[in-house]
Amino acid sequence: MSSTMQEKGRLGQLVDWIDARFPMTRFMKEHASEYYAPKNFNFWYYFGSLALVVLVLQIVTGIFLTMNYKPSAADAFASVEYIMRDVEWGWLIRYMHSTGASAFFIVVYLHMFRGLMYGSYKNPRELVWIFGMLIYLCLMAEAFMGYLLPWGNMSYWGAQVIVSLFGAIPGIGESLVEWIRGDYYISDITLNRFFALHVIALPLALVFLVIAHIFALHEVGSNNPDGVEIKKLKGPDGHPVDGIPFHPYYTVKDLVGLIVFAMLFAMVLFFAPEMGGYFLEHANFDPANPLQTPEHIAPVWYFTPFYAILRAVPNKLLGVALMGAAVVLFVFLPWLDRSKVKSIRYRGWLFRCFLGAFAISFISLGYLGLMPATPAYTLAARFFAVIYFAFFLLMPWYTRIDQTRPVPERVTYHSH
Amino acid sequence: MTSEVDNKDGVDGGRRHFLLVATTVTGIAGAAMTAVPFLASWKPSARAQALGAPVEQDISKLEPGAMLKVNWRGKAIFIVRRSPEMMKQLEDPQLAERLRDPKSEQSEQPKYAKNENRSLKPDVLVLVGVCTHLGCAPMSRFQPQDAQLGADWPGGFYCPCHGSKFDLSGRVFKDVPAPLNLTVPPYRFINDGVVQIGVDSEVA
Amino acid sequence: MKKNFRSFVLGVAGVSALAWSVVGAAAEHGGGAMQLARNDVANVASLQRGARNYVNYCSGCHSAKYVRYSRLARDLQLSETQVEQNLMFSGERIHDTIKIAMRPEDANHWFGTTPPDLSLIARSRGADYIYSFLKSFYLDPSRPTGTNNLILPGTAMPHVLWELQGLQQAVYDGESDAEHNTVHKKFKEFELAKQGSLSPQEYDQFVRDTVNFLDYIAEPMQLERRNLGMRVLAFLIVFFLFAYFLKKEFWKDVK
Repeated sequence: MSSTMQEKGRLGQLVDWIDARFPMTRFMKEHASEYYAPKNFNFWYYFGSLALVVLVLQIVTGIFLTMNYKPSAADAFASVEYIMRDVEWGWLIRYMHSTGASAFFIVVYLHMFRGLMYGSYKNPRELVWIFGMLIYLCLMAEAFMGYLLPWGNMSYWGAQVIVSLFGAIPGIGESLVEWIRGDYYISDITLNRFFALHVIALPLALVFLVIAHIFALHEVGSNNPDGVEIKKLKGPDGHPVDGIPFHPYYTVKDLVGLIVFAMLFAMVLFFAPEMGGYFLEHANFDPANPLQTPEHIAPVWYFTPFYAILRAVPNKLLGVALMGAAVVLFVFLPWLDRSKVKSIRYRGWLFRCFLGAFAISFISLGYLGLMPATPAYTLAARFFAVIYFAFFLLMPWYTRIDQTRPVPERVTYHSH
Repeated sequence: MTSEVDNKDGVDGGRRHFLLVATTVTGIAGAAMTAVPFLASWKPSARAQALGAPVEQDISKLEPGAMLKVNWRGKAIFIVRRSPEMMKQLEDPQLAERLRDPKSEQSEQPKYAKNENRSLKPDVLVLVGVCTHLGCAPMSRFQPQDAQLGADWPGGFYCPCHGSKFDLSGRVFKDVPAPLNLTVPPYRFINDGVVQIGVDSEVA
Repeated sequence: MKKNFRSFVLGVAGVSALAWSVVGAAAEHGGGAMQLARNDVANVASLQRGARNYVNYCSGCHSAKYVRYSRLARDLQLSETQVEQNLMFSGERIHDTIKIAMRPEDANHWFGTTPPDLSLIARSRGADYIYSFLKSFYLDPSRPTGTNNLILPGTAMPHVLWELQGLQQAVYDGESDAEHNTVHKKFKEFELAKQGSLSPQEYDQFVRDTVNFLDYIAEPMQLERRNLGMRVLAFLIVFFLFAYFLKKEFWKDVK
């Protein structure tokens, strides 16, 4: 509501009092009601706001879990069952958090894929992309640490395997592993420190990085499915002709996206919280047992593409290095991609093939990472790993020679 | 390109307004319903309820003039078998004037303990052993005419922290820091020899 | 937009199909002797019988330390007195959890291992596994207990239910392998060598009830969970409709 020149209601006066001391209205205009976003956002543009919602969900449910969880090797497992059985609604809060963890990665992977399709990482959005990759790294660490906390048998052995990977680093490896664990084996000490990192250190880092990510985005403005820079064409009012204010148009649209997400989330939470053993692994309903390894040790599904790459390499150090490279290579995309064209819609068939092959490889590697490492599966993993790396490493070549189509001046938009 | 509401068409504006209100109301209802489990999770858990369950105490061997202490919900509970002499002291007509709340109107006790003896059975006294001043544990001083407490001391409880005094029914004296009589917890007799703290008696 | 939505639905359907096929596959894993439990946690009478079975045959060695008797009373529609009289034998109180008297050191000494707590066994191994396990004990003179188990070969657990089921022999099909000069044994079926007090169908029901009870104690709130889920989805559908038409209404502005 706008206020007239003569008289302001109480609320208006309060707003003015705050605005004279804090940039509230200015902030709300700059980042919502006067932040002009392209009008042609499609399905792939829901996942940013969804990721933010899931972050908030994990923090809130996490806080309430921390109220009843006990971070010691003796009590952790029992405290989770205490939450599930004795704390009123504890089971719901726990399932929200466990479903939320998997939902976070589904949303984030789709969000990243959007970036790959539409060239959202390209100039001038390189920093948005770098902050995003830092968020992804923190998220992986956060999920890994969180997974140790229930102190189930998969928690224990998963941590044992992954932490020991650092031992592959020549020279400092063994000391590094001991330093991470704080002990000679995964123990109560490791659990307690992972708890501190999971509950406060990494969430703080994540929140700051998300704020930085959004600020960096708003500084340059959002990309869109056509890869057209809307700021190039401004109307008489100074706003991009292909832009619409984020509020109310995208607040109202993202609400619909949120509700659909909530329905899928609720279907999993209330009817299949274990998701066949992928969201809550069966072995984790056994308490941690240093003397007995579960039949198949696998990381949780969202790590399996990288795990498959690790296992595909016969050499431990090289495997660790390639696994790390598989993640880190994403950071360099703004510079690997030599195309003038941003969006897949106007790229040639080379890029489309490579991106499609990359997507199939990522999913296939994910599946293979869940399976036991038979010779056939290992061969397949090697095959897909080659495609995975080729997407990045050959990109300077195929994006340069790709036959692109002319990019329009205006975005393509149909009313809906 | 405009972000203004297209109010040229009245029906449109009305529809927009209705949908906005409907969505907002549903959203707020949803948020409230989502908040319920989180807030409810703060209620005492099943384990707290188990640990705070009623406590039974065998008092068949409790001698007249003796006191037992029992733990219930983290609080010390005093169980006293009052001797005939102690009961006599309570009958003193001058005692009531020395008490702040002789009829237990302000203090906390179940219906069946809102009497002179502040108890179900005249000889068995059950009290929460927490001084109503600042929470210290009062000491038993059942002998009348105590050297420290004076020749007119009828017997009762004495709190060492700030000197509050209570009579043999746990009623607070005037001129002491404590404002209220000692609390009587809910209790009942399972049989003559066993008292259960934490469950109300079904006495009318 | 419509195209995207359709492919999204297909994607979700595809993922769900994949997930459920895996679930189905997991249920069948474990070799030829794995059978489906087909228990129904909503069947209260079955849960009551299962509770009785657990207390009579399992609770000597297997604790259920995360389960409270008072919760059993509530969920199994029994009064606290009924639970106290029929399910509690060693002076526990109604709010206590189900513990056992056997000390872990003794257990280790007698069995070589501690009998696992059963609170979560149905979630870590699965109802089908436990059902099959309890039906797969067979005579094996080479074992100290005199029996072995097809689902968990070399198990330290004796066949505590032998009086009910009777004792069975494992019958194998021999497949001779001339190349390696050996005979591969492939399990064919069980054969009852000694009758128990229950018929095979009665024993089957006994095991199913017990597994049902274990399924319930692994996740006591599962029925409540599904119930609430229906209500939440109903609410979300209503919310979706309002939000969707609100979105459509606002987006009429965007040309």
